[in-house]
Amino acid sequence: MLWVAAIALLVVVVPVVVVLLKGVLDAANSIVPSVEGIAAVAAAGSKDLDAVPLLLTTQDQIRQTVAGLADYGGSLDTILDDAS
Amino acid sequence: MSGPGVVFLVAVLLIVLALVYFLVSVIFALRKVNAGLDEVITHVGGIVEKSAPVGDVVADINAQLDAGVDLLEGLLVKKAGMTDAVGLVEGLYPGASAEGFRAFPESTEVSAPRIGEVYTRGTLTLARLGREAPIAALSPNGPALRNIQSGSLAARKLYPSVRHEAPERLPDSPVIGAGSPVQYEQRDDIGQPRKRLPSKS
Repeated sequence: MLWVAAIALLVVVVPVVVVLLKGVLDAANSIVPSVEGIAAVAAAGSKDLDAVPLLLTTQDQIRQTVAGLADYGGSLDTILDDAS
Repeated sequence: MSGPGVVFLVAVLLIVLALVYFLVSVIFALRKVNAGLDEVITHVGGIVEKSAPVGDVVADINAQLDAGVDLLEGLLVKKAGMTDAVGLVEGLYPGASAEGFRAFPESTEVSAPRIGEVYTRGTLTLARLGREAPIAALSPNGPALRNIQSGSLAARKLYPSVRHEAPERLPDSPVIGAGSPVQYEQRDDIGQPRKRLPSKS
């Protein structure tokens, strides 16, 4: 009986343990390239946003343009007759 | 030690070795994952930090642009009238009259006139911009921007009109006189005394 249990342990349990552990290792290794890809994309996205401060310039330009537009519109309002 | 005991010992030893090898490998892999996630978190933090003011800035830009649109729409409707204003927009951007003006919801119900072909008050108002606006009379920094005596060409070019386009070379006038290619027969009685006096009525 002891022989049967010993052989079963050697032939069945050891391979099962090895297969399960190898599966865990493969899964863990498969995460690494994905994380590295995500890190590269995040770095690129962060670099793309370096131009965001230019929006402040755009904001200032828009303000000046609309202010000039308002002045010009006021002048036109004075120059031209109304439709009715 | 008996035979089964030796086999047991070998099996357990193999199991322990497998556990050590694979678990240590998993630990190293998870350390790589951890380092990668730290890098991701750093970059994502940068993204969050850089994009934080975007919402407020864009909202302010949109508010400014909305104010500009309202100003221009209001001025156009005030000066040209709703019908002509819609016609003008339709003339410049075909199909745009269906959307109407944002500040004037009733503009969507206006039937746009074909302002490019029919001279309406709105067209004339625009034409006056070219002819009578003070900016055309005198530029403070130099000569007049356009000839104020005949400065209507710029305004007329705004509208599709065959008649108002001036070709560079018009057809020559017909040649008259002795060298004319078409000679007309002269009447003999021209310049001669009357043969018969007009009757008294």
